[in-house]
Amino acid sequence: MIERIDAIIIGAGHNGLVCASTLARTGMQVLCLESSDSAGGMSAPRSIGENYHFPGLAHASYPVSAAIRRELKLDQYGYVPGTAVDTIALDAAGQHLTIGTDRVAGDNLSEADEQAYPAFRKTYLAFAKAIRPLFDNKPPRLKDMDFADTATLAKLGWNVRLGLGRETMYEFLRVAAINIYDVLNEEFEDDRLKAAIAVDAILGSAMGPRSPGTVLTWLQRLQGEINGPLSLQSGGQAQLAHALTQSAESAGVTIQLNTHVEKILIENGKAFGVQLTNGDMVKAKVIISNADPRSTFSDLVGAPQLDTMFANRVAQIRGSGVVAKLHLALNGLPEFTGLAESQLRNRLLVAPSMQYIEHAFNHSKYNECSENPVLEITLPSLHNSSLAPDGHHVMSVNVAFVPYALDGGWQQQKSTYAYKVISLLGQYAPNLTSLVVDHEFLTPQDIEEQFHAVQGHWHHGELSIHQSFMMRPLHGAAQYDTPVDGLFLCGAGCHPGGGLTGLPGHNAAKRVLKLGGAK
Amino acid sequence: MTFHHEHFRQPFLRSPFIERIEALSSTENWTGWNTYKVPRVVDKLTSEYFAVRSGCAVMDLTPMEKYRISGNDAAAYLDRLVTRDISTLKPGRVTYIVWCNDDGKVIDDGTLFQLANNDYRLCAQHHQLDWLLMSASGFDVQIRTETSDVAALAVQGPTSYSVLTAAGIAGLDGLKPFGIANLRCDGIAVTVSRTGFTGDLGYEVWVEPQHALTIWDAIFGVQGQYDVVAMGLDALEMVRIEAGFIMPGFDFNTADATVRNGHDRSPYEIGLGWVVNLDKGHFTGRKALLAEKARPIQRRLTKIVVDGNKPVGEAFIYAGKNGKQIGEVRCTIWSPVLKANLALADIEYVNGKLSPKLWARFDYQRELKWHTAWAECHSQTKPFYTPDHRSATPPGRF
Repeated sequence: MIERIDAIIIGAGHNGLVCASTLARTGMQVLCLESSDSAGGMSAPRSIGENYHFPGLAHASYPVSAAIRRELKLDQYGYVPGTAVDTIALDAAGQHLTIGTDRVAGDNLSEADEQAYPAFRKTYLAFAKAIRPLFDNKPPRLKDMDFADTATLAKLGWNVRLGLGRETMYEFLRVAAINIYDVLNEEFEDDRLKAAIAVDAILGSAMGPRSPGTVLTWLQRLQGEINGPLSLQSGGQAQLAHALTQSAESAGVTIQLNTHVEKILIENGKAFGVQLTNGDMVKAKVIISNADPRSTFSDLVGAPQLDTMFANRVAQIRGSGVVAKLHLALNGLPEFTGLAESQLRNRLLVAPSMQYIEHAFNHSKYNECSENPVLEITLPSLHNSSLAPDGHHVMSVNVAFVPYALDGGWQQQKSTYAYKVISLLGQYAPNLTSLVVDHEFLTPQDIEEQFHAVQGHWHHGELSIHQSFMMRPLHGAAQYDTPVDGLFLCGAGCHPGGGLTGLPGHNAAKRVLKLGGAK
Repeated sequence: MTFHHEHFRQPFLRSPFIERIEALSSTENWTGWNTYKVPRVVDKLTSEYFAVRSGCAVMDLTPMEKYRISGNDAAAYLDRLVTRDISTLKPGRVTYIVWCNDDGKVIDDGTLFQLANNDYRLCAQHHQLDWLLMSASGFDVQIRTETSDVAALAVQGPTSYSVLTAAGIAGLDGLKPFGIANLRCDGIAVTVSRTGFTGDLGYEVWVEPQHALTIWDAIFGVQGQYDVVAMGLDALEMVRIEAGFIMPGFDFNTADATVRNGHDRSPYEIGLGWVVNLDKGHFTGRKALLAEKARPIQRRLTKIVVDGNKPVGEAFIYAGKNGKQIGEVRCTIWSPVLKANLALADIEYVNGKLSPKLWARFDYQRELKWHTAWAECHSQTKPFYTPDHRSATPPGRF
């Protein structure tokens, strides 16, 4: 007879680990099954060869919330959120703009913009804080609300009306569902500044600055900033993966690597275990999937176990990745025109204007690669010299917009395009091309294959309004429990979505416990 | 050349049988069914009704929506689609099915013909292609509308076996109810199923459209020997109520056509609990139906016999004379065979139970003057009319 444990978590990405550790801390017996050879998912470190190491697919993030840090004792297990970095909006002529959380400076920046920026940031951070209750809790249902749902909505209403005050609330209601392009054009003159803020609103989404809902995506990102400033510290994310692993294991979680789940086993409408690709079967009282909701329902559960309308909604989930990752192994430090060495520790952006971003996005809509992509550049080895041999460096670049289904296929065009990106980087750092020792280019297809994110989407589904809150990932599974009894979701596809927040995993664990845990 | 924008010139499609029906029509009483021109009454309602009950009536079934469902996952697909366990269905057999949406509310009912392994024909009253395709995601199935590719005739009544045999279709003697046989008539391949919507002995004959008239002529060619009558929808309405068959969209609101909360119906609520198999594995609506089954019964579409002989028409049902209003009549006929007012009524249960006293209050007209009447109703679970000759194999030669 096969032993039946309390909970199986499919996928040891950071949300899976947060969920596992939270549950194990209540005394549940938790097994976390991970298909790759390391835990952490998109926050797990990567290497090129023996010598060049990278923080992982996610190279920039905000600190994990204080509540999760405390509850999972992450600081005790070595978690360091890292130091604040600024964003430098690169300019081909060397007239760069340095953008912090509350100040902006640079050549040719108007006084009006310089003064408007801190107030603008303050206002939007206040908006982000006002909707915070939505993020820390399960999304409230509008029909058949329970007490927690009512409480969340009450807090939200209180924050928006009384927290923001009448005038600010009006402004919030005006902008909440519109696009970032209009808002930024109202607020600022400087193309570089507007583009840099717009990048934060759209990076990771198949949206341009003019797409509806891009204020909301920015507010979602600003949730991270409530916890602390953007961190690039190399190994910081690796430390998150590491600290989470330690936290989970010390709480008694068993993390089993190189273990592929093939099927979630269901009998009489209830999930009772998983079937592994090696033929083994593991039984548990609850199954929690950190996998993309699309693969969870379409592949692991399968249409025969789902109702038609639900399965159809799963098939309609929108989320096609548009960001590729370029990892460069360098035998020296690149020199960016107009930047001092110390400035290279920051996050560098190639996005000269919102028009430029929108153009880049347009190409991806038609399954083309833009010749002029948006680039988010970091040099992790400047924060942690152990990532590369002495005098050598590693560079990690997010490349947007790059389609999942490139016309003509990726096979033929992948390396050509990677070199195009490298030569574009060369326009800002002329010595770069001569420094490249090796490179790795992960297209959305590679990200799908290696991280099991459907269509290579970072957030396991677009963070659009129609897929947010009580509609995330879809109606019928928005409160972490699913139509299949005993099956829960805990990944980025759930509310409140992607980013290295741990919130979906934490909220899911609370939901599992609320619904009776392993009873 | 026809242009699509000229479709208004021909508002109704013409079935391959229509010229024969037009030739017989004395009433010119036509209506539309799935955009086909069909008769309500061909000649005389009474003779069409009595042909079903004591002779042989023939009705054009071509407008019935027909879908061909095939592919490796066809059986699994259908098992997920419908409430009934169809894994026990065998090639050459037909079964009555019903399918629900996620909320366990009925979208439509129909008959499922297993023509071969993983090859099925689904017949439905209403257009279903969108739902069938939506349900196909994740299954290796092909779904094709074949409504106009197959001509079909319902041949119903006590002498239907004799009529078809005399018309040259040999080999029907061993065909059991819900069986399918591939036979020949005048050298033409015909498929005959022992199915129908009348509650009497009866067959449905399926043929390629180009042979439709030959088959019609063969059947009507025995008219000297047997009473063979072309029948319209009005007679069908009478016999199907006698047989206890329900009509989606008329006796209950189908789920896809329901806007208002609570106006759709589950299989249990329309008396089709017997086609729901909660143990067969997952199907769309199962979870909702399990939950419904755990609650006290809220309502049932109930067969009632209304005392007296006044036409019931539209009526409310009350728990006792002058009692609380608990239901509404959905359809009603005066049954000439049973000499009774029959009705199907949507009745609310109280504390999970049907009120022991049921009364109908209805208005009727006599020489243009309206009157209100009360009549006691008697519920029953069995069909009103189930003659023994309906299921005898081999069928009797009448």
